[in-house]
Amino acid sequence: MNGLKNPRVIGTLVVLLLLALTPVVFGNENYIMRVVTVGLCSAIAVYGMNIILGFTGQLSLAQGGFFGIGAYAVGLLTTDYDWSFWSAFAAAVVGTAVIGYLSGLIALRTKDEYFAIFTMAIGFIIYLTISRWESVTHAHSGVNNVKFPEGGGILDFSTPTAMFYLVFVVLLVTVYITFAIRRSSVGRTLLTIRTSEDLADAIGVSVGMSKQLAFAASAVLGGVGGAFYATVVGFIGPDAASVDKTFEFLMFILVGGMGTVAGPLVGSMIVTYLFEFFQDFQAYRFIVLGPIIIALVIFAPRGIVGYLGGFVDKRNRKKRVEAARSEANSKSSAPHDTTDASASTHAERTK
Amino acid sequence: MTLFIQQLFNGFALGGVYCLAAIGLTLVFGVLRIPNLAHGSLYMLGAYVTYFFLTTVGVPYVAAIGIAALVLFCLGILLERLVFRPLQNSPHTHHMIAAIGAMFFFQAVAQAIWGADFRRMETPISGSLHILGAEISAQRIVIIVTAVVVLALLTWFIKRSIHGQTIEATEQDRTGAALVGINPSMVAMLTLGLSALLVTIAAGLVAPINLLSPTMGDSLNLKVFAIIILGGLGSLPGAIVGSFVLAIAETMTSTYISSAVGEVIAFVVLVAVLAIKPTGLFSKAVQR
Repeated sequence: MNGLKNPRVIGTLVVLLLLALTPVVFGNENYIMRVVTVGLCSAIAVYGMNIILGFTGQLSLAQGGFFGIGAYAVGLLTTDYDWSFWSAFAAAVVGTAVIGYLSGLIALRTKDEYFAIFTMAIGFIIYLTISRWESVTHAHSGVNNVKFPEGGGILDFSTPTAMFYLVFVVLLVTVYITFAIRRSSVGRTLLTIRTSEDLADAIGVSVGMSKQLAFAASAVLGGVGGAFYATVVGFIGPDAASVDKTFEFLMFILVGGMGTVAGPLVGSMIVTYLFEFFQDFQAYRFIVLGPIIIALVIFAPRGIVGYLGGFVDKRNRKKRVEAARSEANSKSSAPHDTTDASASTHAERTK
Repeated sequence: MTLFIQQLFNGFALGGVYCLAAIGLTLVFGVLRIPNLAHGSLYMLGAYVTYFFLTTVGVPYVAAIGIAALVLFCLGILLERLVFRPLQNSPHTHHMIAAIGAMFFFQAVAQAIWGADFRRMETPISGSLHILGAEISAQRIVIIVTAVVVLALLTWFIKRSIHGQTIEATEQDRTGAALVGINPSMVAMLTLGLSALLVTIAAGLVAPINLLSPTMGDSLNLKVFAIIILGGLGSLPGAIVGSFVLAIAETMTSTYISSAVGEVIAFVVLVAVLAIKPTGLFSKAVQR
């Protein structure tokens, strides 16, 4: 993994660079800027999902709920209680961390299908609370005029471009965190849990604690995404917390690629584009998108980034095999060298 | 007291509906090891197909439910063959995601055909009975009776008939079942078909009480999942007990506390039970 020579790193950087240039091209088209920025907010929440699903292999369906908590924390505190955006944002982060940690305490007693359905129930409880607790959340009338983030007199975040860059920077931080986790021992611990929980347990990984932290981290990122979603859109309703939102995130992560660094971002952007493309068909878009989701899980379960990553792996493998072969040939045909090369090919394949 | 008895009957009727829906779901989990998230949308389609045969084609109510059940039986088989079969060796997350795709697809199709507006289904069963001073609508009595009859038939089917026994055998041990000559793929298709059939009967029965809409399956989907998790995934007695417990809890809390609490009680019970016993009330040793 030597830095910039790794095609994966280059790919991620290219995607980020292209995205950073969006305002240069579409700077004057407010609608497009807003759609892209909302896509970025979702991407942040999807990165949260990626930590628990992609790294530990547990499907959490509460992400929409945490997104909603973040959105409502900012929405309600900046309007009804007149807090500044940043203090409300801090409250959203702390709130989702606490709620995520507490629900994780119970949720993580279960695993696999039980965990998925249990977290779906948590998400639904959050949604019901938001849509029914009228005296606090205004239920279906929603929250209007959510404040823009304060720029401290230097920056003005009320323009779409500035807002875009703000969310973009937050996203960069999120991507970097994901990347850092993936590289660190924490990431390897989580991946071990995905491979086999019993094995991880046996070699001394504290499975419970790692999963607990992963779940809380994913909840916080969901909350961060929601918080920015509230300020970008300016109006939020209970839909922001619905189970459908979770399913939407799931589609983003699936299209992009689970457990990859660039996947959630690529997936969010592509599916957001598809949604916009089928905008005119409204609810009918799922007549097309439904089968696409199914086809994707069947034929390309690793998503776009995972698929491209497969090419990279294949090429590296080929290179190494060729290197081994040429080495074997240059050592002037000692018979055991060829067996070495084929053995290494075999080892690569079984990886 | 009258109100209590009335609500008790309403609870039993609701429990009957949940039960028919939950049993199919738990059977599918037992045999295929898949939490079929598209179950609620099969319920919705079942209601619409019944509606179609009852109003548009104009066959009698019972026949409409019967035909709809057969249509959904075939759809269930197709769903297994086209969606779940290709995924049988994938991680469980992939099944759930594919099922979500199917769910969105079914909802969009229903909306394309019947529109997003609520529809009312008229029923030939009218009137009400007086039991212990409470007035119980005949439709609810029909639901309770049908649920009991269907459950009895289903038990007979699984315990006595050869095809039903293959379901139970596969549920107990897939490899063992294959070794004695049972085709697990056929059993998987049969099970999904059966679950779609059962949920259609539930939908056909309850549709005259509730309204029809493309999203009508959503809340049922979540509740039925709460039920089978509560009872223990794959457990039939668990599904039956869970259905009635949650249904009665739901009707009682919505009567005596508020409808919002009634809606959320299923999930509160679920959280409470899983906090104490993470594998549900009637869990079996699940093979992986």
